[in-house]
Amino acid sequence: MEIFGLNLTLQRLVAPVPVWRARVTAADWVPAAVAVREAGGRLLALWGGAHAAEATVCVAYVLADGLLWLELPLPSGQSSYPDLAPVFPAASRMQRAAADLSGIFAEGARDQRPWLNHGAWPTGYFPLRHTSEASQTFPDALLLDYAFVRVEGDGVHEIAVGPVHAGVIEPGHFRFSVVGEKVLRLEQRLGYTHKGIEQRMTQLPPLQAARLAGRVSGDSTVAYAWAYCMALETAASCDLAPRAAWLRALMLERERVANHLGDLGALGNDAAFAFGLAQFSRLREDWLRLAKEAFGHRLMMDCVVPGGVARDLALTHLTQLSQQCDAIEREVQTLRSIYEDHAGLQDRFMSTGRVSPALAAQLGLTGLAGRASGQAHDLRCDHPGVPYDSLQVKLASQRNGDVAARVAVRFDEVFESLRLIRQILAELPAGPVSQPLCLPEQASRGVGWVEGWRGEVLVVLELDEAARQHRIRRCHFHDPSWQNWPVLEHAIMGNIVPDFPLINKSFNLSYAGQDL
Amino acid sequence: MIWKIVKQIAKNGIRSEPAPAFSDGVRAEVGRIQDDVLAILGQALTIRMVDAGSCNGCELEISALGNPYYNIEGLGIKFVASPRHADMLLVTGPVSRNMATALRRTFEAIPEPKLVVAVGDCGCDGGIFGENYASCGPVSSVIPVDVWVPGCPPAPIEILRGILTAVRRCRSVPTDPVY
Repeated sequence: MEIFGLNLTLQRLVAPVPVWRARVTAADWVPAAVAVREAGGRLLALWGGAHAAEATVCVAYVLADGLLWLELPLPSGQSSYPDLAPVFPAASRMQRAAADLSGIFAEGARDQRPWLNHGAWPTGYFPLRHTSEASQTFPDALLLDYAFVRVEGDGVHEIAVGPVHAGVIEPGHFRFSVVGEKVLRLEQRLGYTHKGIEQRMTQLPPLQAARLAGRVSGDSTVAYAWAYCMALETAASCDLAPRAAWLRALMLERERVANHLGDLGALGNDAAFAFGLAQFSRLREDWLRLAKEAFGHRLMMDCVVPGGVARDLALTHLTQLSQQCDAIEREVQTLRSIYEDHAGLQDRFMSTGRVSPALAAQLGLTGLAGRASGQAHDLRCDHPGVPYDSLQVKLASQRNGDVAARVAVRFDEVFESLRLIRQILAELPAGPVSQPLCLPEQASRGVGWVEGWRGEVLVVLELDEAARQHRIRRCHFHDPSWQNWPVLEHAIMGNIVPDFPLINKSFNLSYAGQDL
Repeated sequence: MIWKIVKQIAKNGIRSEPAPAFSDGVRAEVGRIQDDVLAILGQALTIRMVDAGSCNGCELEISALGNPYYNIEGLGIKFVASPRHADMLLVTGPVSRNMATALRRTFEAIPEPKLVVAVGDCGCDGGIFGENYASCGPVSSVIPVDVWVPGCPPAPIEILRGILTAVRRCRSVPTDPVY
C-alpha cells in the first residue's frame, strides 16, 4: 500500500484482512486524509488511542488495497489535533465522541458540542484515560440541555420525539423542524444507551471480553464477536482452523438473513401492510428456532469464541439448515412478488427518503444503505478472507437510494445469503472447530474487520505484555451506524413526517452500536 | 394481487395453532399462558416498553412476541405508545445514566396500580455491563421492580411468562388456573 505524496513507514499486520499501520505527525494528518479521499478512499473510523504516557488519535481509512490505520501521537500537555470533518464529514460525531471519552479535541471543529456525555459524568473526567480507577461513579451528576439547531421562519414548528419512542425500539431523540407535514430538518441526539463498554473492556481478561464484544449491538452479535475474535487472533498470531472460519461465515450469513427478514416485515407494516409483518415475522421465528437447535442460541450469541466457534454442527442439523434455506427461499420469492405488485406499498416505497449516490459518497454512506445508493462496497467481495474467497459473493447494488432501493438490496441479499449458506453447508471442510489461543510475551495489537448485515464492523485491539496479564489496553468498536445516522438526517429532508418511521426502518441503524 | 395475498394467507393458515415439529413443548405452553391471561385479566393488558440502555437483543425477542406463533395481541396484551395508557412497564438493559431520568419519568407517568417487569440479565443485575460512570446497573437501582426475567436475551416465551407472573402477583386470582 502506498499513499501518494506522503512518506509513511507502513507496517503490515498479519491478519485475515489486509491492514497496514503507520504513525504520522500532526503536519501529515490532514494531507493524509486528503490523499486518501483523492485516491477514492473512505473514512472508516476515528477514535482516541491508548498509551500510558501520551494521548493519541487514530483513524482507519479504507483504500483499494485494504485498511489503513494511522496513529497521531499528541505531544505531552497537548490535547488537540487537526479537524478532519472538512475532508470527511463523517468524522464530526466520532471526533465529538473521542473528546467525551478520551479528552482529545479536534482543533477548530465547527461542532464541539458533547456527543455521548449528556452530563452524566463531569466534563473533566475522561473514561478512557481513567481506566485504572475502575467503576468510578457520579450519582449526583445532572443531565444538561442540548443546544439543538433552531430553524426559524413563517409557520416553522418543532416536533420533539424521544428518547422513549412509541414502540419496542432503542432510545434516541429526534428533533424535527417542520412546516405543515413537510420536514425541513431533522437533528438527532444519540448517546442515550452509552454504558461505558470501551472502559469496561479494559477491565476484562481478553478471552472473557469476547462475551461483551458480542453485546455491543445485539442484532449484530455474530459480526461483533467475529471481529473481536479476529482482532484477538491477529494479536496472538493464531491461524483459524478452516472449519471454524466456515462455521463463522455460516452464522454471519444466517444473522444477515434473520435481520433482513425482520426488517422486510417491519417495512411492510410501516406502510400499513400488516400482512407483510405477519408473514416475515413467522419466517424469522422459524429461522431463530432452528438457530437455537443447531447453534444453541436463537441470536447465536457467544457462538463465536476466541480460537474458533463454541460448538460443531451435528450432522442432522446440516440437512435441516439446508432444507430451511429452500423453504424460506420459496416463501420470500412469493412475498417479494406480492411486495413488488402491490401498488399501495410501492407508492410509499418509491422516491421516499432518497439519498443520491453523490450525497452518499460525500457523507460516506456505508453498508446495505450505501449499496442502495450506488456505493458498491462489500468487504465480502472487496477483501474476501476465508471462506469468502472461495464463495464469490455477488454484490447487491441499486442506484435510486430510496426506500424501494433499500428494500430491493435486502431481498437480493437474502437470496444471496441463502445461496451462500447452502454452499457453505455443502463444502464445509472437516477438522477441529477451535484451538487454544496463545497470547504473545510482548505487547500486541490486532484488527478485526467484518461485513455485518448492516455494514462494516471494525474492532481495534491493543493488548499489554504477558508481565501485565495481557490486559486490554484499548479496544475500539466501530459500528457502520456512525456513518449512516447523519445521512438519515438528509434522507428525511423534504419528506413528510409520517414517512419517517418507514425511512428510519429502511436504514434500521443501531443505537447501542454507536452509543457504546 | 389480492388473490396472491389471500392464497399466501390461506396456504399458511393460522400458525398460532399447529406446531413445528421441534417445538411442541413451547406450543403447549403458549396455549396455557393464553388461558391464564384470560382467566386472570379477563380483558386487556397494556404495556409500555422502555429500552434503558440494552444492546437491543432483548428488543428483538420482545418484538418476536408479536409474531403469529406467540400472537401476543391475540392474548389481549398490547404494547402502547403512551405510558399514561399503560398498566405495565417492561424495561430492558442496564439503566444508562443518560436514560435514568427518562425511565423515572416514564414510570411516574403510568397510572396506579402499575407493574414493572425487568427483562434480561442486564435489567436484573446489570449483566456484563455492570455499574460504572455511565451505567447505573440494574433497573431496580432506579425504579421499583415487581418481576425479573433473566436470560441473555430471555426467549419470548420466558418474557411472556414474566409478564404473566407479574399480573398474577398483583391481582387476586379468583380460581386457580387449570393446567
